[in-house]
Amino acid sequence: MLHIVNKSATDRGSLESCLRMATKGSAVLLIEDAVYAVTNGSAAAAKIQAAAADLKIYALGPDLAARGMAGRVLDGVNVVDYGGFVDLVAEHNSCQSWL
Amino acid sequence: MSDMDDMDEGSGIVKKFMFLNRKAPHGTVYALEGLEVVLITAAFDQDVSMVFTDDGVYQLLKGIDTKGIEVKDFSKTYRALDGYDIEKLYVDQASMDARGLTEDDLIVDVTTLSVAEMANLMAEQDVVISF
Amino acid sequence: MPMVDIAGKDYEVDEEGYLIDLSQWNEDVAKYMAVEEKVELTDSHWEVVNFLREYYAEYQIAPAVRVLTKAIGKKLGPDKGNNKYLYELFPYGPAKQACKIAGLPKPTGCI
Repeated sequence: MLHIVNKSATDRGSLESCLRMATKGSAVLLIEDAVYAVTNGSAAAAKIQAAAADLKIYALGPDLAARGMAGRVLDGVNVVDYGGFVDLVAEHNSCQSWL
Repeated sequence: MSDMDDMDEGSGIVKKFMFLNRKAPHGTVYALEGLEVVLITAAFDQDVSMVFTDDGVYQLLKGIDTKGIEVKDFSKTYRALDGYDIEKLYVDQASMDARGLTEDDLIVDVTTLSVAEMANLMAEQDVVISF
Repeated sequence: MPMVDIAGKDYEVDEEGYLIDLSQWNEDVAKYMAVEEKVELTDSHWEVVNFLREYYAEYQIAPAVRVLTKAIGKKLGPDKGNNKYLYELFPYGPAKQACKIAGLPKPTGCI
């Protein structure tokens, strides 16, 4: 399954809910304000790095750039563009958006 | 425009206004709307403070490039505030620390306050407007 | 949104005639907007128009008139950075008219 989160982890609990529910081998794509979670020094950084052991973590590049965070992405996080976003949706049987 | 100049010359009452910014840019419209309200308020010659706390500190980051998401890069507009005589910009240390940010990461000069200093600043305002 | 034909090309403008996409701006557009505003463009007008375009590129907003006046004074000298000079060039409001000619949106803080 592909999980998509679009809210900042320091504003809402949706990333936490997602990580609690995502099963091993699932993909988690962070977009919009959710991308702050995968940047160096963020409060969620440790949680993301721990989760990356069991999950594939992706973040949308244009959203990182628009937030001045293109150069601060945590190791182990895969940055994708809009084409990569489409590929992820196509590759997975189902998709859950944590609105 | 000239009407507004006449108006603020007429009243002469100066109140302390705080604009409290708590949202990241782009994901919601709060940051941009808050900034526009501040620019308009500047015409009334009030005592304006702009405070960035929680995810609001993300509004001031350097190196923002919005071409990929096709929205306006209003981070540059914070640098125009000085020309509008809005010089009191504050961030809170705890919000910066929680996001791994320092003043060097920001596009404008700010004053960093402790939680206690921020609380006092808020308490002494006549009006607090939150975005 | 209304469209206008300028020198054989279509441009989208808002209900007050301001250009929608400022990247489309060129001298033909400026000349057309000036005719609409009944302003005859001289070098002095161009100086203000170009100043506004530079201001927009740097700050992503069109300045309020008093901010424009102050900033022009800083860059081009006090004999130009005053309301009298700017209103002589743009009688219906320097920010409003000069911004339109420069292809910028209506200034923020302009009622």
